[in-house]
Amino acid sequence: MSISRAAVLTLPWRLTSVRIEAQALIPIVILTVLMLTAIFADVIAPYNPEIGTLGDRFQPPAWLTGGSTAHLLGTDHLGRDVLSRLIFGARVSMVVGFMAVIFAGVVGTVLGVLSGYLGGWVDQLIMRLTDTWLALPGLTFAIFLAAIVGPSMWNIVIILALVFWTRYARVIRGEVLSLRERDFVRLAIVAGCSKRTIMRRHILPNVLNSAIVIATLMLGIVIVTEASLSFLGVGVPPPKPAWGLMLADGKKGMMAGYWWLTVLPGTCIALLVLSSNLLGDWLRVKLDPQLRQL
Amino acid sequence: MTGGPLLELDGLSTHYVGARGTRITRAVEDVSFTLDAGETLGIVGESGSGKTTLALSILRLLPPGARIVSGALRFEGEDLLAKSPREMQHIRGKRIAMILQDPMASLNPLFTVGDQVAEPIRVHEHASRRSAWAQARNLLGSVHIAAPERRVGEYPHQLSGGMRQRIVGAIAISCEPRLLIADEPTTSLDVTIQAQYLHLLSEIQRERGLALIFITHNLGIVARMCDMVAVMYAGRIVESGPVRRIFDAPAHPYTRALLESIPRFGEADVRLTAIDGQPPDPAALPAGCAFQPRCVKAIDRCRVERPPRFVVGAKHGAACWLCG
Repeated sequence: MSISRAAVLTLPWRLTSVRIEAQALIPIVILTVLMLTAIFADVIAPYNPEIGTLGDRFQPPAWLTGGSTAHLLGTDHLGRDVLSRLIFGARVSMVVGFMAVIFAGVVGTVLGVLSGYLGGWVDQLIMRLTDTWLALPGLTFAIFLAAIVGPSMWNIVIILALVFWTRYARVIRGEVLSLRERDFVRLAIVAGCSKRTIMRRHILPNVLNSAIVIATLMLGIVIVTEASLSFLGVGVPPPKPAWGLMLADGKKGMMAGYWWLTVLPGTCIALLVLSSNLLGDWLRVKLDPQLRQL
Repeated sequence: MTGGPLLELDGLSTHYVGARGTRITRAVEDVSFTLDAGETLGIVGESGSGKTTLALSILRLLPPGARIVSGALRFEGEDLLAKSPREMQHIRGKRIAMILQDPMASLNPLFTVGDQVAEPIRVHEHASRRSAWAQARNLLGSVHIAAPERRVGEYPHQLSGGMRQRIVGAIAISCEPRLLIADEPTTSLDVTIQAQYLHLLSEIQRERGLALIFITHNLGIVARMCDMVAVMYAGRIVESGPVRRIFDAPAHPYTRALLESIPRFGEADVRLTAIDGQPPDPAALPAGCAFQPRCVKAIDRCRVERPPRFVVGAKHGAACWLCG
């Protein structure tokens, strides 16, 4: 991959003395905008996203005939403002996406490190569990769990974390297997460090790079899965404005020509997933110890 | 300590057992020696002669599949073989330290030098971060690193190979061990840095009065560094004694052959003698003396009976029938 070495932006703090190329700039800008939207949703959104005026149902976006500047992106079947729902929907997607990725990451990384470093029966146990887990189709498994625990935003976070931790565990274990043969780990053993100290101080910090890369790549998958669950009605429960839920509600209006109810949330999902994937790809190259320039 | 030797090995044997328990590799067999405080012992041998396994046996850090099957191992009068894994952890790094074959790769790229030198101090002496760092600074000074107050905050990649090497030395002596095991610490270094490093090691040893076990296949280093030498062949010590005796009057044909295979400056017309044949497979040793198939002086008895250790001088012994 040949990236133009244009240094578009150099951030002041030490972490990113790395030059940020155009490839990374676009996703970073999109993600930042979405994140700010999510944080300041209460301030930006013109209307309450959960309450509509039935008299204003199915208003088209402002630039179409019949649209008004009162509802810039139109209204849905209950007369709720689409723009406000998209803005609050960003909050749902962000919270679910980031939290699920972080929870899955913590569980997967810890199990991966334990499995790789301790080996033996611990490794066997964790890896066979991972095998079993990976054999289950992700979405179906998530629906199954959602049906058991019932829909709520935090339940979805936990379900997604439960479904996706295996991806981390596998990769991290592999990394640990090669790390544990490195001389600095041997030196720590010879210096009398306990296994716990070695895992915490020498193994874990060295696999964090990989965990971060997996997390970024997983963010897209998790967000799409959340949208799918919401679309299928087992995700975030209805009055809350989730993008997947908006798609599901809007699909009835498709035939009647109310396209904005599906195209707009669909575009938001696509943008978010695309950005996180682009960022993940870029990070993977940047943080690869072999390619990294120290 | 009650006047006894610092380290005492008595008939120590370490075997590797294959997965099905059928193939037994006698990596270390019936090794005995004693080491006094402040003394330097060189262990010499070809690759595969069991030098590293012997070092790991002393620290009880054997890979899975290897086991100490017999013998005794005493350090400062304590029986190391009777220690629990936890007790061994407190001995490693604190009372017995080790420098690995490739000190260049022995540093964790993610932590500063200060953190890594301070680590054993924090682990073993439960020192606070601040006081461990202060000690780390002093240690860097004592291994002759210029501007230690600046270097403690730097990462391994910012340092030269020679400096990293010294830092590994500083880590080894950070808890004031009584015994330091150096397993071919200079093989990965340039010759110029090698000399500096050896000089540093002997300086540290003299100042702190620690005992040193120097594992190498380089006889030149042994001659320079060591008081005593043990020559290993196929897992056994075939000859051991004071350095001068071994170099001036080697008793075992293998030692003699090793000495003849070192190139000497100024003797360009003397052909180097190589030892014919290969070292034996330690899982299928020949009958009698292990060196007998390659030995030019082998007699009939060598092929049948294994020679015991014969005393050939003060503290000097060799396992060869010709010495009996």
